[in-house]
Amino acid sequence: MANYLWLIPALPLLGFVVNGLLGRRLGHAAVSLLGPGVVGLSLVLSALAFIDMVNAPELRLSQSLFTWIEAGSFSVPVAFTVDRLSGLYILIVTGVGFLIHVYSVGYMHAEEGYHRFFAYLNLFIFFMLLLVLADSFLLLFVGWEGVGLCSYLLIGFSFERDAAAKAAKKAFVVNRIGDFGFIVATLMLFSVFGTLQIDAVLAQAPARLTAGGTLVTALTLLLFLGATGKSAQIPLYVWLPDAMEGPTPVSALIHAATMVTAGLYMVARLSALFVLAPATLTVIAVVGAATAFFAATIGLAQNDIKRVLAYSTVSQLGYMFLAMGVGAFSAGIFHVMTHAFFKALLFLGSGSVILALHHEQDMQKMGGLAKRLPITTFTFIIGTLALTGFPLLFAGFFSKDEILWQAFASPAGHPGLWAVGALTALLTAFYMFRAVGLTFFGASRVDPHHARHIRESPWTMTVPLLLLAVLSIGGGWIGIPHLLGGPAGLPNVFEHYFDGFFARLPAEAAQHAASTELLLMAVSTVGALFMMWVAFRLFSRDLAPAARLRERFAGAHRLLAAKYWIDELYEATVVQPIRWTSDRVLWRIVDAGIIDGIVNGVGYAARFLGGALRLTQSGVIENYAVGIAIGAVAILWYLVF
Amino acid sequence: MTILGLPILSFVIFFPMAGVLLLLFVDRERAELAKWVALVASGITFLISLPLFYGFDEAATGFQFVERAAWIPAWGAEYQLGLDGISLFLVLLTTLLTFLSILGSWTSVQEHVREFLICLLLLEVGMTGVFVALDMFLFFVFWEVMLFPMYFLIGVWGSDRRLYAAIKFVVYTMSASALMLVAILVTYYLHYRASGRLSFSLLDWYTLQVGLPAQYWLFAAFALAFAVKVPMWPFHTWLPDAHVEAPTAGSVILAGVLLKMGTYGFLRFAMPLFPQATEAAIPFLIGLSVIGILYGALVCMVQPDMKKLVAYSSVSHLGFVMLGLFALNLQGVQGSVLQMLNHGVSTGGLFFLVGMIYERRHTKAIAEFGGLIRVMPIYAAFMLIFVLSSIGLPSLNGFVGEYLILLGAYQVSPIAAILSASAVIVAAVYLLWMYQRVFFGVISNAKNLTLRDLPLREVAVLVPLVVLILWGGIYPKTFLGKTEASVAGFLKRVRIERQTAQAAQPAPEAALARATESPASPSVESR
Repeated sequence: MANYLWLIPALPLLGFVVNGLLGRRLGHAAVSLLGPGVVGLSLVLSALAFIDMVNAPELRLSQSLFTWIEAGSFSVPVAFTVDRLSGLYILIVTGVGFLIHVYSVGYMHAEEGYHRFFAYLNLFIFFMLLLVLADSFLLLFVGWEGVGLCSYLLIGFSFERDAAAKAAKKAFVVNRIGDFGFIVATLMLFSVFGTLQIDAVLAQAPARLTAGGTLVTALTLLLFLGATGKSAQIPLYVWLPDAMEGPTPVSALIHAATMVTAGLYMVARLSALFVLAPATLTVIAVVGAATAFFAATIGLAQNDIKRVLAYSTVSQLGYMFLAMGVGAFSAGIFHVMTHAFFKALLFLGSGSVILALHHEQDMQKMGGLAKRLPITTFTFIIGTLALTGFPLLFAGFFSKDEILWQAFASPAGHPGLWAVGALTALLTAFYMFRAVGLTFFGASRVDPHHARHIRESPWTMTVPLLLLAVLSIGGGWIGIPHLLGGPAGLPNVFEHYFDGFFARLPAEAAQHAASTELLLMAVSTVGALFMMWVAFRLFSRDLAPAARLRERFAGAHRLLAAKYWIDELYEATVVQPIRWTSDRVLWRIVDAGIIDGIVNGVGYAARFLGGALRLTQSGVIENYAVGIAIGAVAILWYLVF
Repeated sequence: MTILGLPILSFVIFFPMAGVLLLLFVDRERAELAKWVALVASGITFLISLPLFYGFDEAATGFQFVERAAWIPAWGAEYQLGLDGISLFLVLLTTLLTFLSILGSWTSVQEHVREFLICLLLLEVGMTGVFVALDMFLFFVFWEVMLFPMYFLIGVWGSDRRLYAAIKFVVYTMSASALMLVAILVTYYLHYRASGRLSFSLLDWYTLQVGLPAQYWLFAAFALAFAVKVPMWPFHTWLPDAHVEAPTAGSVILAGVLLKMGTYGFLRFAMPLFPQATEAAIPFLIGLSVIGILYGALVCMVQPDMKKLVAYSSVSHLGFVMLGLFALNLQGVQGSVLQMLNHGVSTGGLFFLVGMIYERRHTKAIAEFGGLIRVMPIYAAFMLIFVLSSIGLPSLNGFVGEYLILLGAYQVSPIAAILSASAVIVAAVYLLWMYQRVFFGVISNAKNLTLRDLPLREVAVLVPLVVLILWGGIYPKTFLGKTEASVAGFLKRVRIERQTAQAAQPAPEAALARATESPASPSVESR
């Protein structure tokens, strides 16, 4: 009955093939129709599949197509599953993806390689859907690596810019480090379970693996290594900020709807495995919290509007991992969803600004754009309010609050984790309102040359912005906390949606009074509101006080602006030593020096001997061979008999 | 199966000779005609090799399309040919790559065109023969037949240091084959002593139980000969030289087919003939394979020359093949057999691509390029596909083989598998870095501004390989299905003989080894 599932990924693939091979001949209009069109159709089918799934007896649909790899007992089919998690994900991927496609029609219309761009976008959606729908680890890995490839192609889309080319390669390579962890984990899984089918592994996991044992801990840590690559966590987050070298719709796609949420998806899908490894969960929670905080501090001092958003993504992903680490999978996925809405909105909004300013991304050269770009400004502010968790009205508030509460109250939680999370929320409020202030308010610092030409973007761009703004507000209401929704008679739809889906931590949560939850919520909310006010005051009018502040903390500012020199550190401690060893030691010394030295030495010796023997030998190479043969026969004869 | 009344395997092997004979009558000056003759001859050879694929019985474990005729009765040498799932795709790869090489060299070879084509066709005879010969004497003849055309291809049509490279290639390979000849003769004698019958037939030899110290020495001799061919670290240094100097067609054939003769030799001869020695050598050869995988990949990373980079990547990829073979389980060996084909397709394609740019610019130095997407978008797209295949991107062919190998290896030695898996990171680094430097950025060298993109002929060379890349990645069952029975047969042979031999000599260590081994190795699934 679900025999149409294959069409969901197949349509974007078709778009890729047609746009890629024929796009040049199809012409601009056909590409503009086809590129978003296939994703739109895919969205319709995803919605259909979602409805079917909700009405299906076991809340899941599946379809098996053909056997992909088979060797002995190892067999991997190409099969798709839609359950509550993948059902939600395909809606996010195709929904937000579709809006980004439509937006791209406007944003990219003057760019060279228009059809190529849509071909890559379609391919990206295809691989992401494959990842989400896959019913086995290996098929998931196809999507997993596939989105890595697409990020490579899209980040490097403007291939003539050196920075873009470097960022593209960096994204792929750093992701591959994570993929290494994932591959090794699948090898382990197969040796333990004899299958790579996800549901079968999860079903047998409690029986076959000792909870808290070394094996499951190693396994989940390797998987988490994979997740840190895709979802940009410490230590592999470094590719994501550079990924903004790609065209802005690409940033929106990577940061919001697709790639970075893959790691979270994987961890959530495998919750039954992760709850068996409390040590790994602790690592995840700590890494998540640390990344959230660390990235937020860097965000404070960036001047490139997209870079600010990029670090905020890293930081928000940290929140989501924090949720997973304390066993609050549902809360983590809730934040994935709301974040997809508002982060897509923010990136697309920044794109609208950048396009209006002829590709200016430096916020120091913006200011006062609110009057010229009303829709962009309005929606960007909504996105900002959602991201910073402005109380009650916006998606981000509910999901972020849920995570903070879980970080505190879950059996795996800790007040320290809550504190880091809450502090991060304050920083987030600060850097986002700094960005809003610098970009849209105060005096215009725009290059006068461009200033006259600033105008609002076309409808293909503003309509997606408005729709995403609606989602950024409304999306949160399905996950309203009991504390607030209860009295008003609003159920937490989202929590019930995942009832019994994720594995639970073995320990029972301690009972916490409602007053505690309210208090914590109040603290983080009031703090965030205060920071919004401070930042907005500092950056939306006269910038002199902010500059004085920067002067006073020049050292700290430099540290943050330079992103703690982490890239340089990796370069000096990892990249260069490996390259140096390969070049100087392996190639020049071992290969050319030692091995070839011996080979040539033998050659010279042979020639010397040959010269002496030439008196008696003909010099024909076969004769030497015969000579060698006879000698060797004699030796072997002696040894064998 | 017969074609025009001739048995098909003989037809496939010797049809290129018809081309050679015709070429002898083509006037030396009429290069264009010579090319057409060779192209048609190799094209027909490829077409008549296709029925091997369609007529192949997946379920049969033994050899198919067998031909047997007396040859030198006095020595017990027979003309005996046969094909199984392991050699099937190697033969098809040979006929396809030879055809494509001739098409690909259409304009790049200008001098002694006729002789060049004769060399290629003779090479094809030798290569196909090596893969289907079931008589050791016949095998050795084909093995030697193949050497000389390759020597000339490098030595005559190569670039600057071609003589050094050609001699290095020949001396290496000749010493290896001398060693192998000795081992063949000794085994021949041992078989005679055991059975009282003179025979070079491989099938007869398979029934032979070689005693213990002798087995080690014979295995070592075979293994050394084949390890040079693979090439395994540290016998690999002839390879970069040979590749860099060889003309494009030579590199394609060398990487695509000749290297497989080493791994094929292990699979067909060294391992099944000497199972106990194989068992003893496992740690050693797995160790060398892993070193080769990592070493090749790391050295790739710092190569300034595109061709040398691809050459070193072969060291790494063939290391994977060896690793899978010595995992000695179904996944590992099937992965290896598949990877032999995959490597032929992907690396063959990469050498074609490097050759195409070399023909235009007469340099292969990465630093000479940059920004080529601008002027050669089609070329860039093809290169990307081959690079991704070589990197092992899932959904393309390279991944399937590599993953099966890792899966097999993990069951034997998790550490070896994990170390080898880390090469996927390095592979991404060296290939994408090369891609970035050649294709991305702004064109900085004025000579690159006027480069011509690929014409139809060059596209035609690459398209069949791209089809195979996608086919092998999306539906590898075509290939795995046809190899499974043969691989299972190979494993049974290696394992059963190993066990009976151990039972015959109940050494306490052997019994202990077997006892500890059996629960830990559920890996041989013979159906």
